[in-house]
Amino acid sequence: MTRVAIVGAGPAGIRAAAALVEAGIRPVLLDEAARPGGQGYRTPSPGLDLDMAALMGSEAAHHARLHGLFAAIHDRVDYRPETLVWAVDGRTLHVATQGRAGMVAFDALLLATGATDRVVPCPGWTKPGVFTLGGAQAILKDQGCFIGRRVAFVGSSPLLLLAALQYQSLGAHVAAVVDTTPFGAKLAALPDLAASPRTLRRGIAYRTKLRAAGIPVHDGAAPVAIEGRDGVEGVRLRHGAREWTIACDAVALGHGLKPETQLADLAGAQFAYDPVFRQWLPETDADGRAGPSLYLAGDGAAIGGAYAAEASGTLAAAALLADHGRPQPKATLRRLRQEVARLRRFQRGLARAFAWPAGQAAALPDDATLCRCEGITAGEVRRAMAQPLGPREVNRVKAITRVGMGRCQGRICGPALADIVAAAAGLDHAAVGRLRGQAPVKPIPLVLGAEPAG
Amino acid sequence: MVKNVQAGVGQFVPAVRRHGAPIRITVDGEALDARAGDSILAAVLLRRRALRRHEFGGELRAGFCLMGACQDCWVWLDRERRVRACTTTVTEGMRIDLDAPDEEPASFD
Amino acid sequence: MIGRSADVAIVGGGLMGVWTAFFLARSGRRVVLFEKGPVGAQSSGVNFGNLRLQGRFGGQYPLSLRSHALWEDFEALTGETCEFEATGHLYVAANADEAARLEGYARQAEAHGIAIERVGGNELRRRWPWLGEGVHAATYSARDATANPRLATPAAARAAARLGAEIREGVRVTDVRREGDGFTVELEGAGTLSFGAVVNAAGAWALSIAERFGESAPLFPAGPPHFVTEPVPYRIVPSVQAVDGSVIARQIPRGNVIMAGYPRTASDPVLNRAPVPPAKTLAGMGHLARTLPALRHAHVIRVWSGIEGYLPDMLPVIGPSVTTPGLFHAFGFCGHGFQLGPGVGAALAELIVDGTSPTPLTPFSIGRFGEGVAVSDKFLKEFDQPAAVTS
Repeated sequence: MTRVAIVGAGPAGIRAAAALVEAGIRPVLLDEAARPGGQGYRTPSPGLDLDMAALMGSEAAHHARLHGLFAAIHDRVDYRPETLVWAVDGRTLHVATQGRAGMVAFDALLLATGATDRVVPCPGWTKPGVFTLGGAQAILKDQGCFIGRRVAFVGSSPLLLLAALQYQSLGAHVAAVVDTTPFGAKLAALPDLAASPRTLRRGIAYRTKLRAAGIPVHDGAAPVAIEGRDGVEGVRLRHGAREWTIACDAVALGHGLKPETQLADLAGAQFAYDPVFRQWLPETDADGRAGPSLYLAGDGAAIGGAYAAEASGTLAAAALLADHGRPQPKATLRRLRQEVARLRRFQRGLARAFAWPAGQAAALPDDATLCRCEGITAGEVRRAMAQPLGPREVNRVKAITRVGMGRCQGRICGPALADIVAAAAGLDHAAVGRLRGQAPVKPIPLVLGAEPAG
Repeated sequence: MVKNVQAGVGQFVPAVRRHGAPIRITVDGEALDARAGDSILAAVLLRRRALRRHEFGGELRAGFCLMGACQDCWVWLDRERRVRACTTTVTEGMRIDLDAPDEEPASFD
Repeated sequence: MIGRSADVAIVGGGLMGVWTAFFLARSGRRVVLFEKGPVGAQSSGVNFGNLRLQGRFGGQYPLSLRSHALWEDFEALTGETCEFEATGHLYVAANADEAARLEGYARQAEAHGIAIERVGGNELRRRWPWLGEGVHAATYSARDATANPRLATPAAARAAARLGAEIREGVRVTDVRREGDGFTVELEGAGTLSFGAVVNAAGAWALSIAERFGESAPLFPAGPPHFVTEPVPYRIVPSVQAVDGSVIARQIPRGNVIMAGYPRTASDPVLNRAPVPPAKTLAGMGHLARTLPALRHAHVIRVWSGIEGYLPDMLPVIGPSVTTPGLFHAFGFCGHGFQLGPGVGAALAELIVDGTSPTPLTPFSIGRFGEGVAVSDKFLKEFDQPAAVTS
């Protein structure tokens, strides 16, 4: 029987697992989290008085259906939670579970590794009280906590409105929603957004609800700095010539999402630059094939949202089955491809409407921290580049300055780094390269090597 | 100890109740009540403004991504082990420290 | 040399090439260095950063000591820092046999004037309490040092440029030909230039030049499996090396611990890839946790290797071509070239300018491979598969 390993138990991974189970395969489903669902559709920690259906709102039915599906296939899947896949070596995954090393051999690998927030740094962004937008939602769903008493939601993302509403509906004080993209830019993206009118309508409704709740929504303003002595006391904003400060004790910062592509990189996927997302994305065919026996699905392949993740999980599993001697009905494949393409097209529209503010990243002041892990400032990068024989490519900038060299391996600072390097080198964003993936995908303790892997 | 790091003044605010069994942990030598199911990060930030000190420069940090990606919430456990606070659940008797062993105790003035 | 583009062309912008450019420029020679990528981006930039004096091949000590003095003077020579630290080097033995080998290394080093301390028993734990129980004896050399390889080569290249050397990054040499008493160097998309002399410092790619002149060496590419840990409190000042090569580790003042160790791993100079098998990383992690148990809960945050040139006798090729006057080689440093870089540059510059160098280089002649290849014990120890040698 074909040995299939799936990495990630979010919407894409669960749908893929279900499709394989239906075909009589028992996949190994490896997930770093303790509970299934991924980031967006997560399972709250036990013992919380949390009305998940209310919190998920219009997504509640989907959320419930996905978890129902997982429960139904649970005993036909080799589900391994709290398992980090830290390296890929040929047809073997190297894993760490509870401080012990292990290996998982596979014939086919399906990566459904999801996404994390993409963030433009600003002065003060390392202060306690500044979190990612996705983090602000994750801590609410996972731990039943708000990130602060007065929360400002700042960035460029449709999720700003959703997260602010979730906070507001559960009783948090929302200080403001600050969307750095001017309203005009959003209108210009309408043709693509029309690919999913339901989602578009929902976004407009969020805005109306926030206004009705008296929460200020600022379009086209940019954060100048997050202020405060030991923590967050306010966020200073600029819109044109006007500057003002909003008092708050927490900031949720988010400028869209970026796929977690480290494992795809280690597994040999090729990458291509996508000018709309301003990201290097793994190359796949329409079904998710990224190489021999390598399949990518969900936001880990291309940002598409939860519905696209589910459809692309099913589709990638179908492709995998077809490649391993189990042809799939053409009509099913066609329907799934259309669904994934439509939803991803909508996300491209969102990426245009809620644009990554490249200029803002490139203009990060010299004394502001760029790399949180290593404590490297934007100025250190610019000074290294300005020297004779200075680096002009992100991996070389990393080698010379240590930017992106720390525990997170450039996950967080990578996108802004590319803009700073491109601006300083006078090069196109696509010409400064991408940070190459290196094992381990996340930190692993030395004791892992003290006993042989088995 | 300085304002904002004092016990009782949390960065996080509970949105809903947690029913889990009470669990006692120690943070910088101070006893702290948590509940079964709490992540270390949530347990600490419900009562304090910061989680750790940055290795290079010493400023306070309180995590960032809250989902295991940014690696900005590693803390010292039992003066020896290293754990990522956002993805590690509290257990009875855990001892968490902001500072590395053999370093001066926390003083943020 | 009328009509020549410059006196000397150097092919390869690694440590050997840039230091040769530095010393030639300092002697007033017109030098152009060609590097296909950025300077110091291959093994010169990704190696462990060891400036180790202990345990070197005996015939290499004059060169090694000369180089060490230059490293100690790095800041004055280049006007930049490269995180040079006189950390000392602790060579540790796990048993009496290994201790006997250490004694052999120590005597050889002492014969060249290097001060070696022999430490055992309680003294070992008192001085270095972080050493694991498995350590039986050690030798310590205080003059040994470490530096940051990512910074050293670009800094030396800038210093060479300030002295007048022309450093051309992103320029690939596609052909080198003899022409009259000089050389024609053909560049990809950048025309043809002529020089009086050529230095082949092209690292793992060096045979493509040597073989144009009817000489070769059994060079093959490989790299050390490296990893680095997250920062932990700075305690381990000397670099620590196990006699069996299972641990080569150093902690930098920022707190990160850098680890290398044998067996070495394959690398691919064509695809420019040097992947590290995870099993080797795990094995190295285990060795490090046992040798320095205080680190056992520290986390590995990054793994890498490099594309280094190796030769089966584990000695580099340094010196004049045996077929072609005016051609000089410096390649195949077998994973121990970092320490030698400035010395190689100084000695090669003397060979080119004066025709002779006070530093003996005869053991490193490319001509030695004409008479069959001796496979070194060190080689057998450092590789999984001696079959990797193409003879």
